Amino acid sequence: MGFNGTSPLLDQRGELRPEDFGAIRELSMNPIGDRIISAFFSPGKETVDFASFVRILAHFHPTETSRSRDGVQPEPANSRTRKLKFAFQLYDQDRDGKISREELLQVLRTMLEMQVTEEQLQSIAERAIQEADLDQDDAISFDEFRKSLEKVDIDHKMSIRFLS
Amino acid sequence: MTWFTFPGDNLLCRCLGISITAWLTLLFVFIIVPAVLGVSFGIRRLYMRTLLKIFAWATSRMEMGAKEKNQQLHKPYSNGIIAKESPSSLQQELQELRGSASCPRSEPEFEMADIFYFCRRGVESILDDEVTKRFSAQELESWNLLTRSNYNFRHISLRLTVLWGLGVLIRYGILLPLRVTLAITGISLLVVLTTLVGFLPNREENKPKNGGICVSNHTTPIDVIILANDGCYSMVGQVHGGLMGMMQRAMVKSSPHIWFERSEVKDRHLVAKRLSDHVADKTKQPILIFPEGTCINNTSVMMFKKGSFEIACTVYPVAIKYDPRFGDAFWNSSKFGLVNYLLRMMSSWAIVCSVWYLPPMNREEGEDAMQFANRVKAAIAAQGGLVDLIWDGGLKRAKVKDAFKEEQQKLYSKVLVGEQDEGEQSDDMHLEDENQEEDENPEDESNQDSTKGQ
Repeated sequence: MGFNGTSPLLDQRGELRPEDFGAIRELSMNPIGDRIISAFFSPGKETVDFASFVRILAHFHPTETSRSRDGVQPEPANSRTRKLKFAFQLYDQDRDGKISREELLQVLRTMLEMQVTEEQLQSIAERAIQEADLDQDDAISFDEFRKSLEKVDIDHKMSIRFLS
Repeated sequence: MTWFTFPGDNLLCRCLGISITAWLTLLFVFIIVPAVLGVSFGIRRLYMRTLLKIFAWATSRMEMGAKEKNQQLHKPYSNGIIAKESPSSLQQELQELRGSASCPRSEPEFEMADIFYFCRRGVESILDDEVTKRFSAQELESWNLLTRSNYNFRHISLRLTVLWGLGVLIRYGILLPLRVTLAITGISLLVVLTTLVGFLPNREENKPKNGGICVSNHTTPIDVIILANDGCYSMVGQVHGGLMGMMQRAMVKSSPHIWFERSEVKDRHLVAKRLSDHVADKTKQPILIFPEGTCINNTSVMMFKKGSFEIACTVYPVAIKYDPRFGDAFWNSSKFGLVNYLLRMMSSWAIVCSVWYLPPMNREEGEDAMQFANRVKAAIAAQGGLVDLIWDGGLKRAKVKDAFKEEQQKLYSKVLVGEQDEGEQSDDMHLEDENQEEDENPEDESNQDSTKGQ
């Protein structure tokens, strides 16, 4: 685990700060690297401890390995819904439950930066909203998000297998 | 001044005299003379075999100890802790994501699912980053009884501790003084012998010839010594002060080396000119260059700077691989200075390395310097069993440049918006450093000129 194993992330207090993640070179080159880092931190908090770190990473556990549970148990962290929720929050930075047009534009901007013009960005965002926004409120709610990704194999694409 | 004379004083002196004489004799007879003449007593192989047996025993003891306590023994994985899918390009991954979503459209567009690709890549790099781990010492799978290699090895029983104590005694009491004496002898002869025990060269007919350039992967300053052992080279490097500088000046008296002043480093044409002049003169020795520009921890080969591959001549690649079980030779220059490093080297069990001389390579028609460099790098990595990375060794000290991020963005935009006018290729994202040196402060310049020239 990156926390206290092979990677030089370890902070003496047993907690991580956003700048500790900055030491990971591969992450710095990821266009949405900053968003992923902020996904680890609860809103308003500046540090993340080991338990929370693990809880976030648990979203990426492959789904098929979870034991079958009866309806009473709380939903496991790596269920399809939770994975979707994680991705949803990458778009929805202000956590209001909807991806507004502006938020979508922001994501597109970080993913594309200088490579496309502002008009192209606007038209891409426009098309995306038109397709996904079913109740025509000019924003994408979590259910609309989920619907638009019905056919995507989330379990495979959002899972990381550990060697053991 | 009166001197106190103890009755045993003479005896003490005599003992000291005898032991020093014995020591030096042993040194000469068993080490220096055979090394000069190239004769081997087979002591080294015996030593290595014994050490390996002891390490295996130590590991099994630790496993037994772990089982008793019903815990898993922590084993670091040198190849990473997560299963990485075979690397496919950004285009391919996104196609897969979209192919499973809706029906394929006529023109590429943005899909909400695209973010999964970046998200997963990002979290994978948090868990296990290909680059950052190359700049710290490699972790061993079993403990080799050196405290410095002890990363999280627990369940060390009493017997093991005793063995370790014995090891400390041997290493610091016998091996270290032995090597220090050797070092002093050696330096004064301008030959720094450290703890070279195993040396297994292969394919000797491929040794670099005059008028060529020898390139190799870089792990420690000892690389230079190893290669110099086997042939005469002209080095290229930064002019140093102090002991290193003295050695450099002394070396220049016997054979032509190219030492650069710091101010000259920035002038890449001057450097290139001096290199090509040297190479053009067929009577001069082959040049030794380490194109990575810095020390890497010997699990991978990082980006080769293209400067030395622009000169039109034959390149002789050499792969050097150290066996980490006996002692870690990697010089982490951001953690240890040179003296500290040498001390650690001298108190390890041994330094064992394999050197492969690969067949010479030439630049092919229509290949630019960067492609040629990558080809050579791939050959070296394949031979040495190292991971071939495109990352720049300069990242050891520098932060990741935005250009890398831009590269990802460029690729993604191609998928979304289709091919734009691709005027320039994307090789200007690499840090440019035309001076390949085995030095801890590479100068870097974000040189934007591509092979199309300026």
